[in-house]
Amino acid sequence: MRKSHAFLLYLALSGLCFCGLLAHGLFKKQADVEHLEAKCRLARTLQLTDMCLFTEASYTRHLSQADLHTAFQDYPMSLDHFPSGAIVPPPEIVRRTNGKVD
Amino acid sequence: MERWIERQKNILDFTLSSLFRRKWKNAALALVYVFLVFLLASVIFFTHALKQEAGIILQNAPEMIVQRSIAGRQAPIPLSYIDKLKDITGVSAVKKRLWGYYYDPTAGANYTVMAPEDVQLDPRSIIIGEGVSRTRQVFKGSTMRFRAYDGKIIAFEVKSIMPSESELVSSDLVLMSEDGFRRLFDASGEYATDLTLQVKNPRELSVIASKVVHALPDTRPILRDELLRTYESVFDWRSGMALFLVSGAILAFLILAWDKASGMSHEEKREIGILKGIGWETSEVVLMKFWEGMVVSLSAFLAGIILAYIHVFFTSAAFFEPALKGWAVLYPRFKLTPFIDASQVATLLFLTVVPYTLATVIPSWRAATVDPDSVMRM
Repeated sequence: MRKSHAFLLYLALSGLCFCGLLAHGLFKKQADVEHLEAKCRLARTLQLTDMCLFTEASYTRHLSQADLHTAFQDYPMSLDHFPSGAIVPPPEIVRRTNGKVD
Repeated sequence: MERWIERQKNILDFTLSSLFRRKWKNAALALVYVFLVFLLASVIFFTHALKQEAGIILQNAPEMIVQRSIAGRQAPIPLSYIDKLKDITGVSAVKKRLWGYYYDPTAGANYTVMAPEDVQLDPRSIIIGEGVSRTRQVFKGSTMRFRAYDGKIIAFEVKSIMPSESELVSSDLVLMSEDGFRRLFDASGEYATDLTLQVKNPRELSVIASKVVHALPDTRPILRDELLRTYESVFDWRSGMALFLVSGAILAFLILAWDKASGMSHEEKREIGILKGIGWETSEVVLMKFWEGMVVSLSAFLAGIILAYIHVFFTSAAFFEPALKGWAVLYPRFKLTPFIDASQVATLLFLTVVPYTLATVIPSWRAATVDPDSVMRM
């Protein structure tokens, strides 16, 4: 087999595999509609405001509920104590409030 | 057309033979390249799927949350505020929320304890999230003990466990009755943690928010739009979590592309000189190098993107787990719904294949325009 043919065959197979995965994504999305609706219902019934992603600190568990002081728990120049605090930006409300004094 | 295709295939044959001559170097390069594409694609798929899911779920969050602040800290809000809020024109309903955190020294985990108004529970029973059940090894019918504010132990029976499909919102939740909550935390019956507002016309939300602050100056309203924007910025691939996860990969890729663009090896220059010497035109040399760039980058792109899809949607982004878990003992296990669109694939293609191909073609074009004799004598 010519090298170019082998390469083109690899490209075609990979492309086909990727298309297959995209099709899987579409089917999975349709199959997950019910689960997604259940999560929406739960959020509505329990009046939830946040996703449960980081449970180590209150201000990363409830990102949107954090107040102006959460970024500096101990003193004004203190570094964030928790690893997740380093990878999430401050919530919208804190940025909006700070915008007035910056 | 057939002649054109045959010419391309001949050049591709030559390019592949040339790549195979330096097979170990190119294999190492391709491996690093696959890893970079895998990392970038994983971050883009992961953050986009989370952003979409958060956007859909949080559309069902309360329209406005009113919290009370004392000395800059959140404080319990008096239930008498409910009537004051109901008096504001445009407000259709006000509900109280009772929630807080409980640190469980046995497991070393933090739980979110809630007493939802719309869920009827016996004062001695609780509903827990799948994460709590997994961490504490308690199941339906088990007894779970909590240490109350005064040090007394209160036992609750686990009535049910929330479905594992909802872990993304419920993993650390402990739902209990209002009585149970107030007994556990000594929360006064005259206060709630915060209040939620429902309005008649959502377009008036910002006006109502300013009326709330005017009527109750010690409160701060949080709008649903702000929740959504908070999560949008957390999962935006150019900031927050994604930037943290991907910055190393982007830097590594820049070094790789820079190394490629900054010059060609002596051997590569000699090869171009010989090709020119035996009659290849500059356009053919550039075409050969274009195919070289395409072979490496397109193969790596396809392999990397396939692996990234499997990683994010089949293994629940296992590779990112240590970074996201941090010091948390209770970590939600969730399977994301794939939300992939053409723009994500196009972004990846633009970030990986295009710069590398350009970085391969430009120096070869420079070398191909130099006199072959001087290149071979170098």
